[in-house]
Amino acid sequence: MKAFAEEFKQQARRLTEDLRHRAIIQTALHKYEVVRDKSKAAFQDWQAARQAASETKWDAINHLDTYLLEFVEKIEARGTKVHWASTGQQAREIIFGIIREKKARSIIKSKAMTSEEIHLNDALEEAGFDVVESDLGEFIVQLKREAPYHIVFPAMHLTRGEIGELFARELGSVPSDNPEDLTMIARRVLRQKYITADIGLTGANFAVAETGMISITENEGNARLTAALPKTLISLLGIEKVLPSLEDLALFLPMLATAGTGQPLTCYNSLYGGPRQPGETDGPEEYHVVLLDNRRTELLADAEQRDALHCIRCGACLNVCPIFRNVGGHTYGTTYSGPIGSVITPHLRGLQDWKHLSYASSLCGACTEACPVKINLHHHLLQNRRNASTQKPSAHEKLAFKLFAFVMNRPAVYEFAKRAGRLAQKFHPLVRGTRLDPAYGWTKTRDLPPVAKQTFKEFWKTRKPG
Amino acid sequence: MKVTLFIPCFVDLMFPKVGISMAQILEHLGHQIDCPENLACCGQPAFNSGYWNESREVAIKVLNELKNSEYVVIASGSCGAMLKVFYSELFAGTEHAEAAKLLSSKCYEFSDFLVSKLGVTDLGAHFPAKVTFHDGCHGLRELGIKRPARELLGKVRGLELVEMKDADVCCGFGGTFAAKFPMISTAMGEVKCASAFETGAEYIVSNDSSCLMHVQGLLSRQGGKIKTIHLAEILAQT
Repeated sequence: MKAFAEEFKQQARRLTEDLRHRAIIQTALHKYEVVRDKSKAAFQDWQAARQAASETKWDAINHLDTYLLEFVEKIEARGTKVHWASTGQQAREIIFGIIREKKARSIIKSKAMTSEEIHLNDALEEAGFDVVESDLGEFIVQLKREAPYHIVFPAMHLTRGEIGELFARELGSVPSDNPEDLTMIARRVLRQKYITADIGLTGANFAVAETGMISITENEGNARLTAALPKTLISLLGIEKVLPSLEDLALFLPMLATAGTGQPLTCYNSLYGGPRQPGETDGPEEYHVVLLDNRRTELLADAEQRDALHCIRCGACLNVCPIFRNVGGHTYGTTYSGPIGSVITPHLRGLQDWKHLSYASSLCGACTEACPVKINLHHHLLQNRRNASTQKPSAHEKLAFKLFAFVMNRPAVYEFAKRAGRLAQKFHPLVRGTRLDPAYGWTKTRDLPPVAKQTFKEFWKTRKPG
Repeated sequence: MKVTLFIPCFVDLMFPKVGISMAQILEHLGHQIDCPENLACCGQPAFNSGYWNESREVAIKVLNELKNSEYVVIASGSCGAMLKVFYSELFAGTEHAEAAKLLSSKCYEFSDFLVSKLGVTDLGAHFPAKVTFHDGCHGLRELGIKRPARELLGKVRGLELVEMKDADVCCGFGGTFAAKFPMISTAMGEVKCASAFETGAEYIVSNDSSCLMHVQGLLSRQGGKIKTIHLAEILAQT
């Protein structure tokens, strides 16, 4: 289907011309780079840490069958109910089942990209439930009725002034662009919601197999409140979140923080291992963990790209990606944007529908360099392109590259093409930069250098006769 | 030593001075240069577009033509990465896998060959100008080359090198990407040019003509005062 590709191009056209957007994103991400580099420098050897993390995730993903079962056994032993969801639809049904059983009306959520992936909020709202995001960025985009702009910084595209206006409009607060005022406004609304919510719903950053625990990383304490106050807690996570042992967190928590936000460590890191145990004074009465496949096992079956499941959703590849920086997060039209989104979305939602994202890359490799778990992201984009064109070649491209190979492999034909090029460029000014120009994709904004009066090969021949 | 100079199609047709400068520099250093006349392209456009069969048709010819070369110096970081890194992926599991591996071990990007292989940094060049250097992505990240070009520029008489912000961020060329997604490519180029302007340099220098073709294409349309020049052209100025 071409619709998604057309939509992408249209949005990309709009955003790349929006110089205000460009300035906001470039400034924000430059600030990120400065703090990230400081935190990276605190590692004894960042490259060795990346290697270690990549090997740990390799182990986790290649033995997912054992580690997942170990995780389930350990967490169920403390009274947690684990649910397996093959599809987004199933995950929604499981969550709705729990909500109905508890006769719940209101749900408080902490940040979970998996819930975006299965479009949970829309489904809950449609069914008449009261659902509120408690992460400040998520709270803002929910009020704005938008999808998160970025997997870690959901509202990075908005200025303080815009957020102040949004709060004034939606919450009736006094307009302000002071970050402390804005946080207090959100806090007042959210504190009430924590107290009255029937159900708390979180995502997970890691699932520790050895101890059967879920690890959540955050900065606002909102996930702790979401997990502690409501009587029923649900965590929704992808099956790839598993880490073999508790000790692995000693590497992964600082690494996620460094790559994700540039912090040495986030303000809060909590482990959840089950509902309130006998003798404990707080925590939920019931704990449900929903393990989501949603075509991750199909990616697992692909030996070439399996390592895309190593992703810890830090967003580092988005932050350094010059494509992301210019088109912005919403343009992708996917839950996971940026390089990792371009790699996995074709697997999760269909290659032909989403292959354009793999082509929308200059293959600069900044993503691969930034990835803390060493996913070879831009090489995967090349593989997606190959798979897409093998599965369904475009007739004119196939012909063009057949012709290309024909010309390049035959010096006489190459010579002829060069002469034809020289001739054609005499007439080029007639159409240059117009729709009639065969090179319009290039010449609309850029000049094309002419074929030289004497090419290198011509020069070489004159110099080395025979 | 005997050096085979691989001149990619776009350098041959549009930037012959880059190839000529390289040949002059290497000969001046006492090496014997040959340029296979039958070679025109490494096959990257087809490879990057997903048409690996068509790319292999071109690449097999490259493997054959270069199989007896002692050293292969490639006049572009991007094509260099194709020969050195991507051929192994392109030919993985085929009868040419070994040949691709062998070729990879003989391939050098021009600036890397001078500095890392030959140990030469001072070529006696003279170029009195303020310049800034743009790292081509493939040379930088696939081949891991960052320092050689700067070491070479550091020894050029009269030349002042001013680093731009984000020198290692892509200029937006990306081969067919530039024509498929011109709006993104152009925006990336504009960001690159803005960083270069900030330095007050007279020239943007790179070791990859493909990046310079993109940047120059934008500059000449937008009337920017800064010019572009390939590293080899500077090094050949005595």
